[in-house]
Amino acid sequence: MSNAVVETQGLVKQYGDNVAVDHLDFHLDEGEIFGILGPNGAGKTTTLLMLMGLTEPTDGTVSVLGFDPVHEPIEVKRRVGYLPEHVALYDDLSARENIYYTADLNAIPRKEAKVRADWALERVGLQEVADKKVGSFSHGMRQRLGIADVLVKKPQLVILDEPTLGLDPEAVNQLLDLILEMQRAENITVLLSSHQLQQVQRICHRVGIFVKGKMIAHGTIAELAEQLAGGKRTLEVSAQTRGGNLEDALRGVSGVLDVERNAAHYLVHATAEVRPAIARAIVERGWELLHLRERDYGLEEIYLRYFQNS
Amino acid sequence: MHGLFAIYRKELADQLGSRRFLILFVLICLAGLSSVYTAGQSIRTEISDSRNAFLLLFTTASGPLPPFFTFLSFLGPLVGLALAFDSINGEWNRGTLSRLLAQPIYRDAVVNGKFLAALTTVALMLAAIVVMLGALGIYYIGVIPSGEEILRVLVFLVVAILFVGFWTALATTFSVFMRNTATAALAGIATWIFLTFFMPMIVDTIANVMAATTEIVNVNQLVALEETRQMLARFSPNTLFQEATIAMLFPKVRTLGPLLVSQTVGMLPNPLPFGDSLFLIWPQIIALMALSSVCFAVAYVRFMTQEIRSL
Repeated sequence: MSNAVVETQGLVKQYGDNVAVDHLDFHLDEGEIFGILGPNGAGKTTTLLMLMGLTEPTDGTVSVLGFDPVHEPIEVKRRVGYLPEHVALYDDLSARENIYYTADLNAIPRKEAKVRADWALERVGLQEVADKKVGSFSHGMRQRLGIADVLVKKPQLVILDEPTLGLDPEAVNQLLDLILEMQRAENITVLLSSHQLQQVQRICHRVGIFVKGKMIAHGTIAELAEQLAGGKRTLEVSAQTRGGNLEDALRGVSGVLDVERNAAHYLVHATAEVRPAIARAIVERGWELLHLRERDYGLEEIYLRYFQNS
Repeated sequence: MHGLFAIYRKELADQLGSRRFLILFVLICLAGLSSVYTAGQSIRTEISDSRNAFLLLFTTASGPLPPFFTFLSFLGPLVGLALAFDSINGEWNRGTLSRLLAQPIYRDAVVNGKFLAALTTVALMLAAIVVMLGALGIYYIGVIPSGEEILRVLVFLVVAILFVGFWTALATTFSVFMRNTATAALAGIATWIFLTFFMPMIVDTIANVMAATTEIVNVNQLVALEETRQMLARFSPNTLFQEATIAMLFPKVRTLGPLLVSQTVGMLPNPLPFGDSLFLIWPQIIALMALSSVCFAVAYVRFMTQEIRSL
C-alpha cells in the first residue's frame, strides 16, 4: 500500500441523524482513474469533500498523499486539484484572470503563473478565448476552463465531482478525452464521481458503486461483471416458431437451468455453453432462429442489479 | 498570509471597479458638493469672523440642504451595506466558495480579505471625497484652514470611516448568515431604517414611560432621566457618530450630556482645544470600534464553523 494515493478506513459522516457516508474503506492507486458511481444523494460529494478537508469526518481516518485532510488541509489542498459539481468561475473576469487568481491563491509567482496558464489553456483548447470574459462561455467551455484551473497548480491528484453533468454528448466526449489525456501525459491520479454510467465506463480503470453511503462493490468493470454473474450466464433467444412453443423447447435443452420471458426475448439461464445446443434444437424443429446472444454485463446492468439488490 | 493578500487584492480591484462603487461615489460627491457649496455661500455672506470657517463648510446648513456630516450619517450606512451585503453569500451563490476553499489558504483569509477590502474601499472613498470638498471649500471661501481645523477634519474622517465600517461589518454578518443576497440586503436596510428613524422615537417613548412612572421631585432625577435616555440612544451607531462629529466639528461644544444652568455660570464660551474635544469623544470612538468588532466577530465565528455544504 505504499503507493496508495488515497486511503480511507471506517470513514463516517453524519448530518444529524442522517448518515451520509457509512464506514467507507477504499484506496486509490497512483496513476489510475477511479470512478465513484451512485445515484444522487448516495454520499459521493460528501466523500470527496472529506478527502479535500472541506468537511470533517464524524469518524474514521483518511489519508490523501500521506497527509491527513483534517489536520493538514493546506498540505492536501496544495497537491490536490478539486473541481466542484457546479463549476464556478468569476463571470466578470477573463479565462486567464480566473486562472491567475487561482495561481495567486496557490502562491505561484506571476511569471510562472503566466507560463502555466498558457500551458493549461492550450491543453484544454481555450487559448483563443483566453482573454474573453467567462460570462460568455458555454457550459462545456466552462467545464474545460475548470480543468485548466485545476491543472495550474500541477496537482498529483485531481478530484472531479460530476464533471460531465449537463453537457451534451459531444462535450462529454471532449471532456473525457481531456481527462484521459491529462492522466496519461502528467501521470495524475484522477478520482471522479458520476451518475452517468456509459461515460465513466469508457475512461475509468476501476469503479466503486455507492449506495446510501456505502461502497457496495468496487473493482474493474470486468471484475464487477463476473462478481455479479457468479459463474452463471444468461442468453437472449428469439425465434420464428410458427406457433410452436419455444419455451418448452428451450427447457428441453440439457444444461438450461431456467427460462423466463421478457418483452423482446426469452432469457435462458445456464451454467455451461449451451448456445450450439439451443441453435440445433430450434433448427431441428424447422423454426427460424432470429436472435441468440450471450449477455455481457455492462456497467448499466451492473449498476441496476446492484441497486435492485440493495 | 499570501492567501489573505491574494483575496484582498482581488476583492479590492473588484470593489473599485464595480458599478455600485461608482454610483455611491457619485451620490456622496453630489450630496457633499451641494452642501459645501451652499454652506460656502452662507459663510461668504453672513459670517464676518473667519475663525473656524473651514469647519463651518462641513457643518453649516443652509436652506433645505442639511450639512455634509448629516448627509453622511444618512448615506454612510448605505455605502457600508452596499459594499458588503453579498460578500460571502454572493460567493456561495455563484458556487465559487467551494473552489476558493479548495485552494491552499486558511479559511479565515476569505472573510478577512473581503472585509478588509471593503473597509479599504470605504476609507478611500471617504478620504477622497472629504479632501476634495475641503479643497473646493478653501478655494471658494478663500480662508486657509489652521492646523487644528485640519486635524479636526481628519478625526471626523476617521470617525466616519469607523461608522461606515460598522455597517460594512454588519453587512458582512448578514451575508454570512443569509444565503440569499436579497434577504441580506433587505435585512441590512431594515436595520438601517430602524436605527436611523425609529430608534430615536423608541428611546423617547421609553424615556417618557420612565418619566411617567417615577415621580420627579428634584433636578437630579431629571438629569438622571436624561442620562438614561442618552445611554439608550447610544446603543445606535448613528448616535455615536453624530455625537462624535458634533463635538469634533463644533469646537465650542463642551459636553455631550445634560448641563445645568448652575454649572454654566462663569463658563467662557471659548472653543475647546483639539485635545479636549478628542477626549470628549473618545468613548464614542471606542464604542464604534467595539460595535464593529462584535459584528465582525460574529460573522467570523459563524463562517469558520459552518459546514461547507450549508455555506
